[in-house]
Amino acid sequence: MASQTRRQLLTALGLAGGTAALYQAMTVMGHAADSRFSGPPALSGARKGSKVLVLGAGLAGMLAAYELRKAGYSVRILEYQDRPGGRNWTLRGGDRVVEMGTPVQKVEFSPGNYINPGPWRIPYHHRALLHYCKQFGVALEPFIQLNYNAFVQSAEAFGGKPMRYRDVACDFTGVVAELLAKSIDGHTLDQELTPDDRAQLKEAMRGWGLLDENLRYTSSVHTSTRRGWEKRPGGGPDGAPVPSHLLDRHELFKPGMWQSLAFFMNYEMQTTMFQPVGGVDMIGKGFARQVADLITMHARVTRIAQDPHGVRVTWEHTASGKVSEETADWCVCTIPLSVLSQIDVQVAPAMKAAIGAVPYTSHIKMGLEFKRRFWEQDDDIYGGISFTSGEISQVSYPSYGYHSSGPGVLLGAYTKNMAGLDIAGMSPAERIETGLAQGSVLHPQYRKEFSNGASVAWSRIPWSLGCCAIWSEESRRQHYRTLTEMDGRIVLAGEHASYLGCWQEGAILSSLDAITRLHKRAQEA
Amino acid sequence: MNSHILRALVIAGLAAFPVAALADSPGAGGERKSDMQSGAEVYRHVCQACHMADGKGGKGAAVIPALAGNPKLAISAYPAGVVLNGFGAMPWFNGTLSPEQIANVINYVRTHFGNSYADTLSADDVKAMAGPVPHVTH
Ligand SMILES: Cc1cc2nc3c(=O)[nH]c(=O)nc-3n(C[C@H](O)[C@H](O)[C@H](O)COP(=O)(O)OP(=O)(O)OC[C@H]3O[C@@H](n4cnc5c(N)ncnc54)[C@H](O)[C@@H]3O)c2cc1C
Ligand code: HEC
Repeated sequence: MASQTRRQLLTALGLAGGTAALYQAMTVMGHAADSRFSGPPALSGARKGSKVLVLGAGLAGMLAAYELRKAGYSVRILEYQDRPGGRNWTLRGGDRVVEMGTPVQKVEFSPGNYINPGPWRIPYHHRALLHYCKQFGVALEPFIQLNYNAFVQSAEAFGGKPMRYRDVACDFTGVVAELLAKSIDGHTLDQELTPDDRAQLKEAMRGWGLLDENLRYTSSVHTSTRRGWEKRPGGGPDGAPVPSHLLDRHELFKPGMWQSLAFFMNYEMQTTMFQPVGGVDMIGKGFARQVADLITMHARVTRIAQDPHGVRVTWEHTASGKVSEETADWCVCTIPLSVLSQIDVQVAPAMKAAIGAVPYTSHIKMGLEFKRRFWEQDDDIYGGISFTSGEISQVSYPSYGYHSSGPGVLLGAYTKNMAGLDIAGMSPAERIETGLAQGSVLHPQYRKEFSNGASVAWSRIPWSLGCCAIWSEESRRQHYRTLTEMDGRIVLAGEHASYLGCWQEGAILSSLDAITRLHKRAQEA
Repeated sequence: MNSHILRALVIAGLAAFPVAALADSPGAGGERKSDMQSGAEVYRHVCQACHMADGKGGKGAAVIPALAGNPKLAISAYPAGVVLNGFGAMPWFNGTLSPEQIANVINYVRTHFGNSYADTLSADDVKAMAGPVPHVTH
């Protein structure tokens, strides 16, 4: 299609059918093809007096309530905590971290500083989440994902010394380019490549890897234009730069090095990356502004029953212990499976089996406050992530408040699997000590500048018993479809009922899909 | 990569997806070395995260069951099956912990926290119970 006619057609569609139609047309034409989101659902005409009970006031639950009320349903949300948002959560000075079996931690960060113990970053292609952030007035700013000046450290490489990401990335590229160029010259690739390919690829390797005229990757002014200098260019008679030295190439092949490069290549990890201004819970607060009047807090759901005419949910007030029952025509249940698997839910046996077949990850996050932002002042690191082979796995620097002279909070650990479990089993003080000891490998300033810290072990969080759902090829095959299908008058939604697990986008897409099917079923009933 | 390192990675649960990430994730690094020997060590570095140092578990919107004085430990195949295959929120440890480590930790919890069962479980018993390791995708 000629671009002019295509533009005209898109404009016409936009005028006739609103943004959703325009969006759908764009998708068909190959724009925006990487999203499942084609605008908010246009549900309307719910039967008068028809009632939906939503369980859980995380993003999935609150969005379901928002859209269903708009469609004409009477909606109520039951939430266990005294705070809406669920895993969408921010810790600031004065907040408390309540884990099962761990002494309560009081957060002591200075005003303005915070840590996001759960979700913290939003890829640019999470269109559904971005749509609702815009609609609900949640301001976003860049989340610095890749920082060339951050560190990459592994006990297995360079004697455990931290390297700059830039040096590792540059030298790995250069060395690989040199080896490939050599193997072209050595005729090992003659089978795979035509003579034209070979000539062009060799040129490509020279340019891409910054090789010299002999196709060698060496320390030079040329390579230093990418990897930085021993002495940077300056002014005056002695301003000439001094080239930097290359890293030992054998050390570059160690897993800890290339893995950190590959991490940022993941589709979900590519820039542009966003974060809400002031803490990720601005999203939860934005959602809650739309549905606050529908939420009953302190409500622990203990039983979900149904018959052909409706659902009956039993819940207990967490403070008073009073048990109540609530009836409705339909139920959207967003309670994490880690909890739901222990609740008496009246669904078909296959659905019940699916609910019990999905364990949860046990990530840890730790926020450490320091008296000054030494990572900026001493190390020229502004936002981004340093990787380490220590259990803490990484240190991430705040993507806000640059250059301020007051205290700063960084993410002192984000760990998973066995490392996450190991740290979860420690006391709050032991966790912080682990964070300081292992983080000192990257930043010797740690001990001197440390002020206070707090940690969250997701496996001990009373309302989620874990971080996110763990799906396997096997469980997806056996249980996923069943889990997401409507069972009588009940439909499940949330991060766990999506293929975008452990993303807010997954929770939202799941919620929109579930309520669209619920509405269709309700209209047919 | 020599087969020794490769095996260590497999045991650490890293081999399936060293860097690929569908979920928000810390990335590939920061693994704990899987060098725990005794049941006490395995308990402290793994189970304690949820079942607590005193084996009494916890209670919130759902329950982490106590292993202390838990009559369901009477038949060793039960806890062994739970640890191999997971249970509700609890992940499976088949492939993450070795059969020796699983046998040791089961023997440990069955003789501590107020439990005192005389029979023991061997690594071979655990091996015989273990099915294929699931492939994590998220
Ligand atoms: C460490 C970590 C890092 C993450 N990083 C990112 C990221 O960078 N970007 C991103 O987009 N996503 C990220 N996520 C994922 C994101 O947090 C989730 O996908 C999303 O918040 C899930 O929303 P939900 O509504 O499905 O569930 P939840 O937010 O968990 O909501 C469920 C609600 O149900 C309530 N509840 C539980 N039991 C009961 C009961 N018995 N009765 C009543 N109510 C109950 C809970 O209190 C909760 O409020 C991360 C998650 C974690 C843990
Ligand atoms: C990430 C948290 C977590 C870890 C780590 C964990 N468990 Fe569990 N475990 C649970 C939860 C939650 C349940 C209850 C599941 C349910 O009832 O739905 C459970 C159940 C059990 C049960 C069954 C108890 C009963 O009464 O039926 C046994 C036995 C058990 N775990 C042993 C262990 C051992 C041994 C380890 C260490 C190797 C371990 N667990 C590690 C969370 C965990």
